Amino acid sequence: MSTRDTMFASIRRSLGVNGREPERQQAVTARIAQHPVGLIPARGQLPPKQRLELFRKMVAAAAGTSTQVTNAADVPREVAALLRQHNLPMKIRRGDDPRLVACGFEDERTLEVATGPSDGSDLVAVSHAFGAAAESGTLMLLSGPGNPTTLNFLPDTHVVVLDANDVAGDYETLWQRLRGIYGNGVMPRTVNLITGPSRSADIEQTLILGAHGPRRLHVIVVGTLA
Amino acid sequence: MSTLTSPAFPANVTHALADVGLQAVLREGLGFVDRRRIAAEALPEFDALRDIARDIKNHTLAHLDLYMEAYEARILAQGGHVHYALDAAQARDLVLSICRTANARTVTKGKSMVSEEIGLNDFLEANGIVPVETDLGEYIIQIRGEAPSHIIAPAIHVSKAQVEADFRRVHTHLPIDRNLDEPTTLLAEARGVLRERFLAADVGITGANFLVAETGTSIIVTNEGNGDLTQTLPRVHIVLATIEKLVPTLEDVSQLLRVLARSATGQDMSVYTTFSTGPRRPDDLDGPSEYHVVILDNGRANMLGNEFREMLRCIRCGACMNHCPVYNSVGGHAYGWTYPGPMGSVLTPAIVGIENAKHLPNASTLCGRCEEVCPVRIPLPKLLRHWREREFERHLSPATVRTGLSFWAFFARRPKLYGWATSVAARVLSMFGGRGRFAWLPLAGGWTKHRDFPAPQGSTFQAQWKKRGGA
Repeated sequence: MSTRDTMFASIRRSLGVNGREPERQQAVTARIAQHPVGLIPARGQLPPKQRLELFRKMVAAAAGTSTQVTNAADVPREVAALLRQHNLPMKIRRGDDPRLVACGFEDERTLEVATGPSDGSDLVAVSHAFGAAAESGTLMLLSGPGNPTTLNFLPDTHVVVLDANDVAGDYETLWQRLRGIYGNGVMPRTVNLITGPSRSADIEQTLILGAHGPRRLHVIVVGTLA
Repeated sequence: MSTLTSPAFPANVTHALADVGLQAVLREGLGFVDRRRIAAEALPEFDALRDIARDIKNHTLAHLDLYMEAYEARILAQGGHVHYALDAAQARDLVLSICRTANARTVTKGKSMVSEEIGLNDFLEANGIVPVETDLGEYIIQIRGEAPSHIIAPAIHVSKAQVEADFRRVHTHLPIDRNLDEPTTLLAEARGVLRERFLAADVGITGANFLVAETGTSIIVTNEGNGDLTQTLPRVHIVLATIEKLVPTLEDVSQLLRVLARSATGQDMSVYTTFSTGPRRPDDLDGPSEYHVVILDNGRANMLGNEFREMLRCIRCGACMNHCPVYNSVGGHAYGWTYPGPMGSVLTPAIVGIENAKHLPNASTLCGRCEEVCPVRIPLPKLLRHWREREFERHLSPATVRTGLSFWAFFARRPKLYGWATSVAARVLSMFGGRGRFAWLPLAGGWTKHRDFPAPQGSTFQAQWKKRGGA
């Protein structure tokens, strides 16, 4: 018997089952197919505008920062302002996400823009989020050519662009939206839920920002809600 | 397997109580307790979510064979590999063979308790592969040659001054006169040193907080981002997970995440919750080319069939040890193996055998705080009692304890005799206990060596109860 079969046999022996019981199989198939939603906290269940406000409040509570702009074309100026504010070199790296391309970074002449994954030498990266959950101020980013995962972790400052309409109240709404794009049971290689900048409290329980990931997380919300 | 000193628990405790540095750290108190309370109070649905979390885990465990099959099918469909290991030795061999095939010289590691459980670092090192822990706490204990003393804060027993001394000892390529007075400078130094290691590693090894059957996904939950660099930068990503990490769907994981971070650090969410599914896709520009999951049993399948099944609900938040008066007095190392505190006192005997860990279930006052705060409502005191019963049944308890217990049982089974004997004893003791306490009593040296024994004041409880008309 292979190791795998031995393990399954001992699990089944302990459970007193053989794995072929129709009602058990049906219970598992149904749960995976229907993926029932459990209890959604009331906190994030708000009309769009208040939901966005809660999201930004929770980002701040997690030591992140955020601003809101009206149009995608305002994003490059906003990024440039952030870099100046923190005395950072006017250089960024971004992915090829069409929504980032549409921002027109080339129009912000003070900015030097590179694209593609990071090798660890970049100070500032710009990504586009897939969505966000207001209840905890959490961003959801997907891997792929548009937003390489290394941009989320290697640079010191991570700027995340987020469409105001993509802010959900909870994680479950985002999963359902993801299934609508990728199909049931399918995921991109990496889905990152990010809540604030990197931190550690491993030395005498003192919380310090910027452990291995970004020291600074800045969200630029694009669009206004009625 | 990592070094087991649980059989020497009494000596470990004596040592821990006399350890001035450790006691200073413990006196500071664990900040986790207050932070958990504040986070729980801020979410009105918190207790209802704990019930749901318990039910999700129970459902999954009852259907574990089928969810594991579903999980395996999804991983394979997305180009990942699954390996099965019955025990620690098989898991170590599997990891080594994957590393060898990848021609790995160094591997970076995200924080993994399973890796500690199987003693992976020593094994890799003995086989010529350099393992580098990248979680700051794990890195600190790795360069100190220690085991973690807490499941989510492995270096909680180490002082800032000790970290500074260790960094100066190990980071010899840096200027001797550099200033390391502040935790921020220590963190910055570790960040710089480890950044090079991340970029140079051939293989990255992480644990998993959850495995999702619906999608074939492994999940890690961290605050530092080290786990993400570990699994994104090297060519090969190995996930080490045990069978009870399975969860049916993304919705189910979301329920569990809502209680995990709140119970652990008091955050609403940890900074990075990362879902990994298979290797990088054809159009991805980064991420590992190979994705392997090693699924370990190491005694868990057996627990599914006995009175310890509920322990398999554990999501490793650490709340039970944070709230445990014993853990708070002796720290994590005294427990003598990978998992300390109440959850460790239940899990350790199941993995290493009760004969090697018989002291652990007894290292509890059964005060019940652990069960009160457990996010998946594991009845830890009940499970500790089950181990005590097993210990007694297998005649592992010392002869004096057994004699004492049968002596007591003789009276307890004869209520009248019990009432008479205790009232005589109370009278005799109060006659001699003029000062209201005894500094020494025959047969009670183990107690009176450390504290006085109070002298009975008046009659026994049962006599007083009767007098007041109690049933």
